[in-house]
Amino acid sequence: MEANLPLLSLLIWIPIIGGGIVAALGSQRAAQSRWLALVVSGITFLLSLDLFTAFQRDTAQMQFVENMPWIESFDINYYLGVDGFSVPLILLTTFFGVLVVLSAWDVIRTRVNQYMAAFLVMEGLMVGVFSALDGILFYVFFEAMLIPMFLVIGMWGGPRRVYATIKFFLYTFLGSVFMLIGLIYLYVQSGSWSILDWHEYPLGLAAQTWLFLGFLAAFSVKIPMWPVHTWLPDAHVEAPTGGSVILAAIMLKIGGYGFIRFSLPITPDASMALDWLIILLSLIAVVYIGFVALVQQDMKKLIAYSSISHMGFVTLGLFIAFSIFQNGPDTKGAALGVEGAMVQMISHGFISGALFLCVGVLYDRMHSRMIQDYGGVANTMPWFALFAVFFFMANAGLPGTSGFVGEFMVILAAFQANFWYAFLAALTLILGAAYSLWLVKRVIFGEVGNKEVADLQDINRREALILGVLAAAVLLVGLWPAPLVDLMHSSVAELLVHINQSKLPAATAAAAGL
Amino acid sequence: MVSYLLIGFWFKRESAIFANLKAFLVNRVGDFGFLLGIAAVLYATGSLNYAEVFAQAPDIVGRTISIIPGMDWQLITVICVCLFIGAMGKSAQAPLHVWLPDSMEGPTPISALIHAATMVTAGIFMVARMSPLFEYSDAALSFVMLIGLFTALAMGLIGIVQNDIKRVIAYSTLSQLGYMTVALGVSAYSAAIFHLMTHAFFKALLFLCAGSVIIALHHQQDMRYMGGLRKQMPITWLTAWIGTLALVGFPFFSGFFSKDAIIEAVALSQRFGSSIAYWGVMLGVLVTSFYSFRLLYLVFHRQARYAVDHHAGHHPPDGVLEHEPHESPAVVTIPLILLAIPSVLMGYFTIQPILFGPWLADSIMVLPQNDVMAELGYHFQGAAAMAMHAPYTLPFWLMIAGFALASLIYFLRPSLAAALQHKLPQLHRILFNKYYWDEFNQLVFVRGTVEMGNQLWKKIDAGLIDGLLVNGSARLVGVAAQRLRLLQSGYLFQYAFAMIIGLIAILAFWVVLA
Repeated sequence: MEANLPLLSLLIWIPIIGGGIVAALGSQRAAQSRWLALVVSGITFLLSLDLFTAFQRDTAQMQFVENMPWIESFDINYYLGVDGFSVPLILLTTFFGVLVVLSAWDVIRTRVNQYMAAFLVMEGLMVGVFSALDGILFYVFFEAMLIPMFLVIGMWGGPRRVYATIKFFLYTFLGSVFMLIGLIYLYVQSGSWSILDWHEYPLGLAAQTWLFLGFLAAFSVKIPMWPVHTWLPDAHVEAPTGGSVILAAIMLKIGGYGFIRFSLPITPDASMALDWLIILLSLIAVVYIGFVALVQQDMKKLIAYSSISHMGFVTLGLFIAFSIFQNGPDTKGAALGVEGAMVQMISHGFISGALFLCVGVLYDRMHSRMIQDYGGVANTMPWFALFAVFFFMANAGLPGTSGFVGEFMVILAAFQANFWYAFLAALTLILGAAYSLWLVKRVIFGEVGNKEVADLQDINRREALILGVLAAAVLLVGLWPAPLVDLMHSSVAELLVHINQSKLPAATAAAAGL
Repeated sequence: MVSYLLIGFWFKRESAIFANLKAFLVNRVGDFGFLLGIAAVLYATGSLNYAEVFAQAPDIVGRTISIIPGMDWQLITVICVCLFIGAMGKSAQAPLHVWLPDSMEGPTPISALIHAATMVTAGIFMVARMSPLFEYSDAALSFVMLIGLFTALAMGLIGIVQNDIKRVIAYSTLSQLGYMTVALGVSAYSAAIFHLMTHAFFKALLFLCAGSVIIALHHQQDMRYMGGLRKQMPITWLTAWIGTLALVGFPFFSGFFSKDAIIEAVALSQRFGSSIAYWGVMLGVLVTSFYSFRLLYLVFHRQARYAVDHHAGHHPPDGVLEHEPHESPAVVTIPLILLAIPSVLMGYFTIQPILFGPWLADSIMVLPQNDVMAELGYHFQGAAAMAMHAPYTLPFWLMIAGFALASLIYFLRPSLAAALQHKLPQLHRILFNKYYWDEFNQLVFVRGTVEMGNQLWKKIDAGLIDGLLVNGSARLVGVAAQRLRLLQSGYLFQYAFAMIIGLIAILAFWVVLA
């Protein structure tokens, strides 16, 4: 494919326009809606593969850049571009775009076209979030993405969906308002909306601190970090399977991506001054939420809490860099932490998505998410049991699966920063195994629990295909993470160099004088 | 990039099929330490490659790490203790031994394979492999030795009172693993590997003998319902005797050479605690001999303690059999015979190359001042001489004493066993319940963790964050809206009144300003 094709725009607009067409088909034409949605998401995924092959690994420069004026009177540009942090996340998004369409195939029966359209639009918007380099453009995608998710939970959700949607919307909206103030402040100061310009713009510590807190408000809710996490279990429980999958696999990653794109490079000094806060909250997430996950009775809630705990590794991996800088000139540990955080994001995308799909498979058959309603599922659904056990093992960080790689890298890096960071983070080995395998023991193994379980049908070919593809992805990243790590290597190195330099006016003036 | 060499150990973990939750979780506790150990190695040397790590090992000596403020610990000791915790999980050293007897629920050949021959040896092997690190930490090696000693004695004592034939052998395995760990602790790595090898043969033999007996008695594992099987099962009986003689260390049998090498090494060691360890392993010989011969007598000698009733049906009560027991088919007895041969000969022919010869020379590193094996080799005059010398050493007579004691209690005067049990009810109860170790874990760790999860979830997540902050602020907005609504009462005089007050306030403000 020619290099001058506006690839990123295609990845954003094909699903959005496709979603519009699907919605316009009308709710009567369910079959056409499904097929069209599959075709659109399939094309998007295939196109995104070109991103993977054509991406230059040896530079941290933005690639596939598109830049044209949008609202000239305010210097707002339609400015897109990707680096080693965004490419894996975009691939994850388009990959799950296809899987979500497939997972809803004959499960969603009401207003199929609207359901499919909502997911296609959401996919386009999420690609937009990961590729926007203009502050306002980012904010527009960031906010617009909430609307289809809001609709998906509100229209196809469970009994308490209204409470869940409002909680979800208010939580995330409240956070992003603070980010918007920060973005406007940056524009007023620097006269540009370009995120890359902001990376270079020197700022005083006070300004950086306020900006950092504004970004923190937006991204900590998204990830979510303790203590602003309570919307997630509710949203997951009420969301339909596809909604949970996208929420866990992609949306949470936007928080982590935000830290990488905004907080760390724009406010490095404030990040350094407040790294203890993030590390503290991350470790609370890992340990405290691990305990909470252990006692959940609802499978979706358990996986939701496990997500929070695993995302704690992402923030931990990103922010231990500063402690490692202080310990000495060797930044290998810091790179390990950031790369570990990225691998953990991708891996958690696969695993949590797969786990929610597994619960979806059970829910479609039994209409219950409660652990006590199951027992001995392996007897009636052996193939399903195989997949489910595998994914829960991966969730517990079994070596050979992707879940192990990210956690392992972050724990290794954390030890370079401080023994206790590593000690507390490593507790997840025990806690993660405890809550994952205890669930497996109660749901999958044992004697057949009741008559409903005895009548269960094993997974059909469509479900087997979805879970099989995900299992392959989990194994691939687990056994051979090199292609993924290579993708981000240059960008990570560049980021670390960048955040290791002070952006305080005095420091930059001194650097300019030299 | 990180070399993944070290992680290789992790892929050797048992597959999930054999593991129940407990085995997995206890191993996870070990992994927890192991992972921290790996992270510490990376921290100390910047590498995970064996060759590079070992080359740098001498440089770590003297470096300290401050884990608890104000206390500086030797880094090398921290590394080694953490790594050894991983070995404790895998090789079932107290207090992480609890998973091994429980996993006896599996089929007998698997018990033989996993517990005697392969899996449990991974930890011992790892420490021997890491000898270039452990050698530099006397404190860590003392720790290793004392843990091993405790395991060897405490688990052997449990073996005396168990009634399940497989459990007796399982506790015997634990005790023998303790011996190997003691050998590691006195820098006699080659002796540990040697015992590991001989033990693999005779313990697999004993497990398969037990399996043969269990088949013959229709899945009866309780030794109280056995006895007299010598006549019906001559091959099993004979091979069991051979396995037992090897286990207790009768001269010329393989176990004699390896166990005697360990005892001699402990005697020569100068390490802190080695004098206690010496008497401990001596006592262990007596204990081993006692429970081993007890098993033989209970199973194969004296009269049968089961009844044969041809009308008992397929699920008869304990102690009743539907058919007369008979010798197992060739598919069982041939492996027994094949294993019996190396159980006798292995030690005699391999002691020279393994302990004092070239087989392990390059893989194990021992500092000259710790090299007990070299000193042992100085006195070594061939396997035959070593065996001939046995009757002049204490371990031989302790072994004979154990044999005599077991013969007296379980063969000559069976009433003594019950009498002793009555005389020492407390002791028996403690041993029979395995020091209440499982109960302690259940109460403290399992119950405690779940309780903690419940408290955190209900009190903080649901109570504080959701109840007070999230829903609380929603209520606050609601209440505020209620109050504000009062302002818009619709009564003209109230509006007019408010306007007048406002005017006065503005006027007053201007006046004050002027």
